[in-house]
Amino acid sequence: MNKTLTYIKTKFFSSPVDAFLTISISYLIYITIPPLIDWMFIKATFAGESKKECVAGGACWIFVKTWFNRFLYGMYPNEEVWRINLPFVFLVVSIVAYRFLNEKLKKHLFLFLTIPFPILALMLFSGGFLGLEQVDTREWGGLFLTLVISIFAIIFCFPLGVLLAMGRRSNLPVIRYFSIGFIEFWRGVPLITVLFMAGVMFPLLLPSGTNMDKLVRVIIAITLFEAAYMAEVVRGGLQAVGRGQYDASKAIGMGYWKSHIFIILPQALKLVIPGIANTFIALFKDTPLVFVVGLLEILGMVNLAKTNPAWLGMATEGYVFVALVYWIFCFAMSRYSLSIERKLKTTN
Amino acid sequence: MSFFQNHLEKIDQFLNDHPKVKFLLPQAILIVLVVSIISYFSFNASSNLSARGINTGFGFLSNKASFDIQFSLIEFDSSMSYGRAYLVGLLNTILVSVIGILFATILGFVFGILRLSSNPLASGLATCYIELFRNISLLLQIFFWYFTVLRLLPQAENSIVLFDVIYANIKGIYFPKFIWTNLNLFIYGLIFTFIAIYLFNSYANRLRENTGKTLPQFLISIIILIILPTLVFFIFGVEVDFAHPKLETRMGIANFIGGSSIIPEFLALAFALSLYTSTFIAENVRAGILGIDKGQKEAAASIGLTNTQVLRLIVIPQALRIIIPPTTNQYLNLTKNSSLAAAIAYPDIVLVFAGTALMQTGRAIEIVTITMLTYLTLSITISVFMNWYNKKVSLTER
Amino acid sequence: MSAIIQLKDVNKWYGDFHVLKDINFEVSEKEKVVICGPSGSGKSTLIRCINRLEEHQKGEIVVDGMTLDENTKNISAIRSEVGMVFQQFNLFPHLSILENCTLAQIWVKKKTKKESETLAMEYLNKVQISDQSHKFPGQLSGGQQQRAAIARALCMEPKIMLFDEPTSALDPEMIKEVLDVMVDLAKGGMTMCVVTHEMGFAKEVADRVVFMDEGNIVEAKKTKDFFENPENDRTKLFLSQIL
Repeated sequence: MNKTLTYIKTKFFSSPVDAFLTISISYLIYITIPPLIDWMFIKATFAGESKKECVAGGACWIFVKTWFNRFLYGMYPNEEVWRINLPFVFLVVSIVAYRFLNEKLKKHLFLFLTIPFPILALMLFSGGFLGLEQVDTREWGGLFLTLVISIFAIIFCFPLGVLLAMGRRSNLPVIRYFSIGFIEFWRGVPLITVLFMAGVMFPLLLPSGTNMDKLVRVIIAITLFEAAYMAEVVRGGLQAVGRGQYDASKAIGMGYWKSHIFIILPQALKLVIPGIANTFIALFKDTPLVFVVGLLEILGMVNLAKTNPAWLGMATEGYVFVALVYWIFCFAMSRYSLSIERKLKTTN
Repeated sequence: MSFFQNHLEKIDQFLNDHPKVKFLLPQAILIVLVVSIISYFSFNASSNLSARGINTGFGFLSNKASFDIQFSLIEFDSSMSYGRAYLVGLLNTILVSVIGILFATILGFVFGILRLSSNPLASGLATCYIELFRNISLLLQIFFWYFTVLRLLPQAENSIVLFDVIYANIKGIYFPKFIWTNLNLFIYGLIFTFIAIYLFNSYANRLRENTGKTLPQFLISIIILIILPTLVFFIFGVEVDFAHPKLETRMGIANFIGGSSIIPEFLALAFALSLYTSTFIAENVRAGILGIDKGQKEAAASIGLTNTQVLRLIVIPQALRIIIPPTTNQYLNLTKNSSLAAAIAYPDIVLVFAGTALMQTGRAIEIVTITMLTYLTLSITISVFMNWYNKKVSLTER
Repeated sequence: MSAIIQLKDVNKWYGDFHVLKDINFEVSEKEKVVICGPSGSGKSTLIRCINRLEEHQKGEIVVDGMTLDENTKNISAIRSEVGMVFQQFNLFPHLSILENCTLAQIWVKKKTKKESETLAMEYLNKVQISDQSHKFPGQLSGGQQQRAAIARALCMEPKIMLFDEPTSALDPEMIKEVLDVMVDLAKGGMTMCVVTHEMGFAKEVADRVVFMDEGNIVEAKKTKDFFENPENDRTKLFLSQIL
């Protein structure tokens, strides 16, 4: 008993400032947490069909329930939703099963997932062949859209970023200055102006009459933007790889590309896994900005829903829901990257 | 596979035998590529624009804007030019960025240091704060403040009143407008005050070096800061009058007339930017303080310096070297993130210029170019400053 | 000679790990004591307890008549009499060598800039790096840095100097220059407590040698006796490995 008392005294009350902190923070917790739990769970309404049934005074989760499909799929026709579910389920299953496969299968699965699979999935989403109804990209939305944009941008911005990082360190002056200019340009402007450019200005740069799909333009814009940030992260890794590695690979006769692909990059990338993960997470969190070109991903859908006359005043519930979804994804991504980091450390 | 490999080997061999080609060819290819792409775009752009009857050129900047801006630091109305509208947007961007940077820095240092506290409640609170506001999308935070928190404020008739002169309601915060007489004298007084504080501190430092005596510099500086401007105020006939905001009902809608106001859009943006960026600064501060070798503090303690002296003379000077570069980066990010103002219609440069002005004039290329150049200029200025600062304070090594 | 450092039944734990076990140890004025032992034996911890860089949980430590406890006034007073030299030098990298030496004189002893610089140059001269006084630690070699660190500690004019493996982080060529300074200091009459593996130094300068292992003082004898007639088996083993 004495031990606990001394522990409390030294940890929480060791000085007047400390005591003040303890008391004020405890008070803060007292006035915020119980009302929050009250609102979110105890007084909340979970079952029902319309806003009228939310009378308990807490959160009206009926709002989220009713709009759930919209939040998830945007304006995608309800009957065709299986075309979205199928590839995503496959993706999740592959990621989970990945660790249980042998080396050869792992390699094949990885290659499949990064190149043919996205294209097939995209075709399935759009439809327009084999009797599948065509669904214009304008109707894609919600979490589905968030994931489509994020996944495609991630797949493309990574190799581009690596190339830019290598270009920035190149001995060929034209390539080096181009890379520096490219990187600093995209890093110096806000993403919103980039999307503005993609939405409004870019069509002017194409021959009149050609219509590049808005979603494609957006993905290209985000890819180029994030590639610049990725380039800086990878550059840090390349710089950290000891000079000796470059020398050694040259000494055994490997050229520029071979030495980078087989020796330098594997080490460099391993060093900056946290930085790469952070860039992916930032990309994911940047997707809501596509509202400026009229695309409605999950946050955009919530904003749309809350203006519906039957559901006014539900902003808080919607935002809490979206915050939760984002938090889950970001948390999962950072955990996954930590596990990759750990795994690669042991095989070192 | 083997077919490709064979040919790749042959190309590789050729390039290795002709080093000049190896050096020049990739660069030539890149130049050709870039030039062709740019020409392609330019050609398309000019034909598209002429087809729509839109000219290019920056003359439109002196045309009448024909729209009002809700919030402006300088005088603006719809009869003024697009150029002036750009200026208004720019000033609004700078305003929200500066305020955001100020509070983000304060909060960042507070929570960064709190995170290192040995009090589990304090460090736990700091950790929760950082994890919460860092991982939620900034746009979501802006929406949350704007649509949820600020909507909770009452209607104009039931405003929250502070100190009898400040009114907070759903349309904004209204406070008395300062009407100055002899403002320039007061500003001279302020400048004089700062010079006086600087001179006093130099004197105090020299005194300490020559006689070892220390003066309570901080306390005296604060006293000067308070007394001198007050003296200037009374002696030189500087006057300040207030135009109080008054509640008037027009057409059944109650509003505050007169006085100055801060619109809720500004508040939401400023709150969100400050909190979001402060989490990154907090992590930088923590890294800075942790980055100081334990041995430094031990050596300082072993020669008799008190805890405060150790912090002030040894830890903080070294920690700042670690903290400042990434923090300057965050300031830059904050400035760029202020462009999210478009989401809640705060009239920053993106909304005013790349939004409204662009829609009205159709001069997409000129306007987007000017906007992006503005941000680029800000970025490069901050980068240059950071490089200069880094060089100046880098620890002299062999 | 009266005892200027006294440790009575001192015990210390790191969590569950018992790092110092019933230490009874005394140092007289002007005495030079060398403490040696395998790593993890607690020797560094021992001397770090003397200037309260580590806290002991049980027992009593008295330095120059003042008892060492939580009383901060006592701790400050004791620290101004006890100088310490670290294995990693710990010079302040953002200050010049001269400023490293004058800092505490100005802020703790409230001396004028001129006085502190004069004294600093005196000691920098003594350790033979007065020509480096305006350089920064990053520009000096390891040996030069450690000598500067010794000068810094001496500028506070302590009665006791503690050394925590002062040469362990140095390249072999630089060990001698630091040991020479320490020998000089010893001959000048300073009370010294040195944790080191340099047995040559011990033989030349130490009055007593203390061997520690696993938190205990295993053997403590006058230098000559220690090397010629070690009693304990562990001491013998250690000496055979190190000499």
